[in-house]
Amino acid sequence: MAIRTEPFILNMGPQHPSTHGVFRMRVTLDGEVVLDVEPVVGYLHRGIEKLAEGRTYTQNIPFTDRLDYLASMTNNLAYVLAVEKLAGIEVPERAEHLRIIMAEMMRIASHLMAVGFFLNDLGAMMTPVLYMWREREKLLDLFEMVCGQRLTYNYMRVGGVSHDIPEEFLPALKRFVAEMPGLIDEYDQFLAQNEIVLARSKGVGVLPEDLAINIAASGPVLRASGVQWDIRRGDPYSIYDRFDFDIPVGSAGDCYDRYWVRVQEMRQSVRILEQAIPQLPQGEVCAKVPQLLRPPVGEVYGRIEAPKGELGFYLVSDNSIAPYRFRIRPPTLINLTALRDMVIGWKVADLIITFGSIDVCLGEIDR
Amino acid sequence: MTLLEQFQLWLGSIWPEWAAYITPAIIGIVVVLGFVLTTVIIFIYLERRLLGRFQIRTGPNRLGPEGIFQPIATALKVLLKEDIVPAKADKVVHWIAPIVVFAPILLIFAVVPFGKGAIFTDLNVGIVYVVAISSLSTVGIYMAGWASSNKYALIAALRAVAQMVSYELPVILSILGVVLMVGSLSMNQIVESQSIPFILLQPLGFVIFFLGTVAEMNRCPFDLLEADSEIVAGYHTEYSGMKFALFYLGEYGHAVAYSGIIATLFLGGWQGPLLPPIIWFLIKIVAVFCFIVWMRATLPRLRVDQLMAFAWKCLLPLAVINLFIIAAEVLWLPESMPWIMVVLNFAFAGVLILLWSKLFTLGGGRVEV
Amino acid sequence: MTIALNGEEVAKKITEVVPGSVAAADKMAVVVGSKSLYQVAEFLKNTSGLDFDYLNDLTAVDYLDYFEVVYHLTSLKHNHSLVLKTRCYEREKPIVSSVVSLWRAADFQEREVYDLMGITFEGHPNLKRLLLWEGFAGHPLRRDYL
Repeated sequence: MAIRTEPFILNMGPQHPSTHGVFRMRVTLDGEVVLDVEPVVGYLHRGIEKLAEGRTYTQNIPFTDRLDYLASMTNNLAYVLAVEKLAGIEVPERAEHLRIIMAEMMRIASHLMAVGFFLNDLGAMMTPVLYMWREREKLLDLFEMVCGQRLTYNYMRVGGVSHDIPEEFLPALKRFVAEMPGLIDEYDQFLAQNEIVLARSKGVGVLPEDLAINIAASGPVLRASGVQWDIRRGDPYSIYDRFDFDIPVGSAGDCYDRYWVRVQEMRQSVRILEQAIPQLPQGEVCAKVPQLLRPPVGEVYGRIEAPKGELGFYLVSDNSIAPYRFRIRPPTLINLTALRDMVIGWKVADLIITFGSIDVCLGEIDR
Repeated sequence: MTLLEQFQLWLGSIWPEWAAYITPAIIGIVVVLGFVLTTVIIFIYLERRLLGRFQIRTGPNRLGPEGIFQPIATALKVLLKEDIVPAKADKVVHWIAPIVVFAPILLIFAVVPFGKGAIFTDLNVGIVYVVAISSLSTVGIYMAGWASSNKYALIAALRAVAQMVSYELPVILSILGVVLMVGSLSMNQIVESQSIPFILLQPLGFVIFFLGTVAEMNRCPFDLLEADSEIVAGYHTEYSGMKFALFYLGEYGHAVAYSGIIATLFLGGWQGPLLPPIIWFLIKIVAVFCFIVWMRATLPRLRVDQLMAFAWKCLLPLAVINLFIIAAEVLWLPESMPWIMVVLNFAFAGVLILLWSKLFTLGGGRVEV
Repeated sequence: MTIALNGEEVAKKITEVVPGSVAAADKMAVVVGSKSLYQVAEFLKNTSGLDFDYLNDLTAVDYLDYFEVVYHLTSLKHNHSLVLKTRCYEREKPIVSSVVSLWRAADFQEREVYDLMGITFEGHPNLKRLLLWEGFAGHPLRRDYL
């Protein structure tokens, strides 16, 4: 005799300790088993795309900080690269190197946060978070040294960066880069072989390779599913083609692989930093660009490999001081397309960690 | 003859019969309440500082020197909060649930020996009493979840019932192992017959009992009842004010009570050289509690089906095998050489744990929808 | 390096298979008529040699005379990219066919275009507003909204 059960809808509402922001999911549950997930977004919609149409190209840079607010440098970089492509501006060498250094530091900081909170979702009570934040604090101190800000940097400008680094920056960065590989090994050792982490995340929330390509996933989510595609390698921007680094690729596309890919990417970022720091040339940090920039009529799609995926800006210009269309391609919104497929049949706890492993940032989803 | 009974006899000689009957009971209640509440306050402070050290930060250190007034501030804050009851909640059940969760803790202390003869009642079925009373809290948790008329709380309450019921069995079986060696169910007897603490004589039993009680206490890694990354706050989502304080006290009270039971059953109770017995008892309780906090700081959480699988497929068979081994040893090994038992038991424990870790995986699964 | 395919050459290939679909083509992009969008998209995805299996971006621009829906496509296998566009000239009820059945990446992005620009995508399984709340009147990203 089968027990008659009735599915019910649970609202994991915008205020929830674990949805990484104001994200709402309407989950249909049968007991503990997830039958359906419907993401509801828009709680942080600020209308950036519309606002940007009334502001000059340089005035829009602070808007880009507030997209993925945990990785502001790479957001800025994507936007200014797109504008430079549109307007045909050359960036001086020193500025290119500084941009790469900042972008890779940002990648490490963002992945530390993602990995730490993934483990927090698994239940390890903030301990891994606080260990990883010890390093993130050092990175944030370095950023503060450069541009005075810890979170929304507004550092890149069209044609370069806004100011040069102070003299105490490079020695501090060298110290950080020297100790980081050992610390990454330490984290890996604590957590990668932990029986409970393996049991909870291996095989859970699988994103198969063909589905990953079909939903245009990008970043660690795509690479964990087995697709070797990194924009820094496949379509290099800035001066990434001068550096030597590997692209970690997972095999199973489960939560554990996404976590593993992020940890490996941190190692590769440290490698890039080790190569970039000695190569830093002298020179100017910003090209001479008019304050009210008027790019020629045209359009451009500029993209970079942000820590969360492929961040793209589609800009349409009509030769005025403000963009005609300012479109942001949000990597995490597109990565979320397959959330339902990844968690059907699993339990509520798995839903939380799968969602955490996609590593969303609501600022980017809602813009 | 316990201290309390001696006191009662002496009182009976100077006061009327009914006063001599009631006074020791009242004194006993006051002492238990005082002990539990004081220890709970100390444990709250200890946990927060210790957790801070594990997480490379200092814990609370603002209020008072090194933050020792922090738990008092916590208690005051919780007491002064407004008591909100959801409109659709079942009011009576909502009101009674915290009491049902907290009261059994006080009842457990009636049979825990604090020192030689310092026990409230020397029940000759002491350990059965403890097991029975400690299961009552489950009912309280379920009442709390049900009466809140909140889906999150209900999910948590159902998980609670499943978890606590499943973990009772390995706990009881490992207690039986101790009882076989002692030959009596009385808690006093159990302490007094531990010339070598049972943790050495029955390592497997200790491990099973310890994990089982950590699960009963809803602490990490089995704390999915209050997994605040999943179901907000579990069964006490809809509680605030004094009722929440009772749940909070109840959680730490359970920690004290079960640490006390572990200390009594496996660590030798109040026995120890030099210091007075009560101090040794407290040291052992604090040591067990520190270990529990260490587990909390380090391990992630199990999922509910993995939790069930762990209880039924791993702990329960090990507990049954442990019982057989202990019974065989009690029957055939000579009483006078307990050290053989120690070595044998450690060997068995090592082999069994290794075997189970190879054969048993925590994996679980995806249900076809 | 991802090679941006020349729109004119691709337009020639498209016209062989789906005649009359290409409205305009320049170096940057191929513009097709909105009626034949789905067939062209299917051709671009399934033809070997083109293999556009990755939809980077789906967005719309409001040039007051018409709406232009822009698709940025990439092929991971061949590492080349293309920009496909289509135009809708009705201002009141612009309708374009949905490409969700070809690339699921279009799911949320088409909902967003519907929400903010008001273009209806025929064939989309769940065309509801994404970023704004149900019951919001108007489509804010249009140039004549404010």
